[in-house]
Amino acid sequence: MDSQLTAWALAAAQALLFIASAPLLAGWLRRVKCHMQNRAAPALWQPYRDLAKLLKKRMLLADNASWLFRAVPYIVFSAMLLAAAVVPLVAVNLPSAAIADLIVLVGFFALARFFTALAALDIGTAFGGMGASREMMVAALAEPAMLMAVFTLSMTANTTNLSVATAYILQSGLVLRPSFLFALLALAMVAVAETSRIPVDNPATHLELTMLHEAMILEYGGRHLALIEWATQIKLMIYAVLIVDLFFPWGIATDFSAMVLAVGVVAVAAKLMLIAVLLVVWETVLAKMRLFRVPQFLGFSFMLSLLAMLTHVVLETGG
Amino acid sequence: MSGAMIKMGIYGMVRVSFDLIGEVRWEWGIVVLIVGTASSLLGVLYALMQHDLKRLLAYHSIENIGIILMGLGMSMIFLGSGHRMLGTLGLVAALYHTINHALFKGLLFLGAGAVLYRTHERDLDHMGGLIHRMPVTAFLFLVGSVAISALPPFNGFVSEWLTFQTALQAPALENGLLRAMIPIAAALLALTGALAAACFVKAFGIAFLGKPRSRRAARAREVPVGMLGGMGLLAALCLLLGVFPTTVIEAMAPITQLLVHESLPSAAAQGWLWLTPISPEVASYSAPFVVAAIIVVHGLGYLFLRRRAIPALRAYPWDCGFGHLTSRMQYTSTAFSQPIRRVFGGVWKVEERIDTLAGGGPIPRVTSLHYDLHTQDWSWLKIYLPIGRLVLAAANRIGFIQTGNIHTYLKFSFATLLAFLWIVS
Repeated sequence: MDSQLTAWALAAAQALLFIASAPLLAGWLRRVKCHMQNRAAPALWQPYRDLAKLLKKRMLLADNASWLFRAVPYIVFSAMLLAAAVVPLVAVNLPSAAIADLIVLVGFFALARFFTALAALDIGTAFGGMGASREMMVAALAEPAMLMAVFTLSMTANTTNLSVATAYILQSGLVLRPSFLFALLALAMVAVAETSRIPVDNPATHLELTMLHEAMILEYGGRHLALIEWATQIKLMIYAVLIVDLFFPWGIATDFSAMVLAVGVVAVAAKLMLIAVLLVVWETVLAKMRLFRVPQFLGFSFMLSLLAMLTHVVLETGG
Repeated sequence: MSGAMIKMGIYGMVRVSFDLIGEVRWEWGIVVLIVGTASSLLGVLYALMQHDLKRLLAYHSIENIGIILMGLGMSMIFLGSGHRMLGTLGLVAALYHTINHALFKGLLFLGAGAVLYRTHERDLDHMGGLIHRMPVTAFLFLVGSVAISALPPFNGFVSEWLTFQTALQAPALENGLLRAMIPIAAALLALTGALAAACFVKAFGIAFLGKPRSRRAARAREVPVGMLGGMGLLAALCLLLGVFPTTVIEAMAPITQLLVHESLPSAAAQGWLWLTPISPEVASYSAPFVVAAIIVVHGLGYLFLRRRAIPALRAYPWDCGFGHLTSRMQYTSTAFSQPIRRVFGGVWKVEERIDTLAGGGPIPRVTSLHYDLHTQDWSWLKIYLPIGRLVLAAANRIGFIQTGNIHTYLKFSFATLLAFLWIVS
């Protein structure tokens, strides 16, 4: 019973660490991007300052905002919190991973997106409607590609439980599976689309017509905006950790001794920093696509994950 | 009606294939799976193009029956290949979705009825802002929308999750084609789910949120308590069936026991908190945790953020400096689904017409603009209409033997009798 209690405490600590370090990843990303583009970089903890400022500010609500508009930031944040609690950041075999598997994780993202889109329609501005409509289109195309990639992995490991899958990949050692390669590419493309990065969306734009996610949350301010921004940062981190866990899990803690856990923290931090640098390079090299090129982009991602599935079925299950 | 009547088809299929025939073959499962996948995807795509709320819901019934059929099809495939446990899982997923669909579709139709009762409108583009005038109806309709869009922690999610879990057990099959086909069907189910969410963002968002688009919508009132009570009951069931799936699956055990002589003991093996259809290592889902987390975050938000903060200020939304926003500047339901219409172009027969009227003067200016859009169902144009025409034409040809003279009919009967006697002897 006692060991179970420690495990749950560790799981809670990991979830807290996850949501606490999400703004740090965003800050790192911004900093690297500024360096890459020859701009003066803000401090690493600037996102924390922004969040603190937003949390303290007095809120301004549109006069026809309904109760739904005020509830949505909390729903979105709790969905992301749950998702963060499920993904193994530092250690596998934690009991919280059993709350939800990979499919439920996709469900949490869908829940957050559903309510964000509704909040966008609540005020009745054209930008909100536009953002909601486009985001739902992108999501509809991204979701099958993501699940297909996830299915390939879970069929290999014969589980959809993230922690067990990570442990399986860890155990099987360095095996080059062609299906994983395709799935990695597909998942990375989906992650770019889902976390509203270039080339699908531009998180830093000031032109309303080019925004997707930002157009939806245009009417939010104060603590609501803080919660939504924080949730967005958590979402970016979840996707990064997901890719790390499923494809490069080496270094993650498998038991709960202090030394192993410390190694796990360092390993995941290093890997996330590297992924952020890759993302920055990708975002600096590419320009944003036209909206109706996005279906081709996501269609390509779906094809890749389909290929991953077929190579898995044809090549890897025979033996 | 949508809750019970269209389930008769499912009932018939289950009864005939599992009970009467008994020996299920996997070849039937393939047919059912393909029909189910096509039906769910096309159903949701057609639903997206509707702006009549009741028609939209009706098209969603096509989608949901498709999802039920996918579960049934996979169940047949697994049973036919000798995996009784997995076959039972598929059957449970299908039956669970059948109950769920009856609940949330009933709720949504009642909600649409409540809106119709107060606004006399079925067209989404004439509604809007109803969340302010009918808050309880809006809340209950929202519950139904979340449930049908298969989002956690409501009931629609549980049954779709079970369907996915069934699909992921495809590697157990020997046939390589099936092993590849079932996950693809599952990916299409994911597409269906995402499109259904888009459709209900549209339905709820256009009808209940934003500014009222017509005078009737602006003057709507809440419906009487009796109507709310009916919807409330169904909404509560939607949540309960979503949060306590293990209880539901245990209650279903006699049905699967009767049909395939199996039940799912592993589903609730870890206690009521954890749903583990196959084993805890393979997959688990705990809906009570999800609900608890949402409540805790709301409570914390209230304690730490809301109570200490200065009350929010209300103001006009930013209008880019062009004067006040009107309800005509909002997105309409047609506009909302335009990106999806463009992506999946060939699925509908789309007739789009833009009439512009240019004014006189040295510089021609557009003085009036008329936009017309019709989307039609190919299955109606290419399947039902030709069959209908064929039947009518055939009836016309055969009509000549119908003389209205009793002697002629007696002659026909006599000739038929002779022919039969000749065949028999």
